[in-house]
Amino acid sequence: MIEYALGFGFVALGLALALNLWRLLKGPGVTDRILALDTMVINIIGIIVLAGIAGGSGSSFEAALLLAMVGFVGTVAYAKFLLRGDIIE
Amino acid sequence: MSVPLPLAEVIVSLLIVIGGSFALIGSWGLVRLPSLMERLHGPTKATTLGLGGMLLGSVAYFQLVRGEWTTHELLVSVFLFVTAPISANLIAKVHLHRLRLGEASEAAGPAGRPAPPTADTDWATHEAPHLGTPGDMAGD
Repeated sequence: MIEYALGFGFVALGLALALNLWRLLKGPGVTDRILALDTMVINIIGIIVLAGIAGGSGSSFEAALLLAMVGFVGTVAYAKFLLRGDIIE
Repeated sequence: MSVPLPLAEVIVSLLIVIGGSFALIGSWGLVRLPSLMERLHGPTKATTLGLGGMLLGSVAYFQLVRGEWTTHELLVSVFLFVTAPISANLIAKVHLHRLRLGEASEAAGPAGRPAPPTADTDWATHEAPHLGTPGDMAGD
């Protein structure tokens, strides 16, 4: 039963990533692209979590935690650069 | 905890399906909604409910089905719950800033266009840091 739920989850997250990619390519503004990249990181974290359940090992969650941190720092750096023209003042 | 295995599988599957559905609906909202301020709603709900559901499902799977207690997922969810509103707030600020500079144009959503700031206030985007705050370099 968990296998079917995992299959559904993988398909849903793959579709979600395709939708995010469409928004990333179409824009229309740079803020939409930052938002699309941020959402893509979230969905990839979801895929890593599901892969951790499917593989039965708890070692993939460090990757999820690292990706969450890197994604947040990237979004904040891009937003600060657009807001202030500089990242670290 | 002693939960019978079929019930544990039902709980884990339900959490995974709920999480995946929310992630898909959030991304669908990102594509479908007309303006950026509305588009911000979808992914933030996908972060908290979608990933929260999947991470809870993972905790439940390792605890109930495999009998191992893991806390990594809770760390990930706590970190995401703290950072998701911050990044959403920063993206909204960038959007307002660009609207005000005229670099972005956008059809007004149901809430209309954002009101311009008054003469003595700002959206705190290009404003110099206030005196006495940690960002105040000139007042040292």
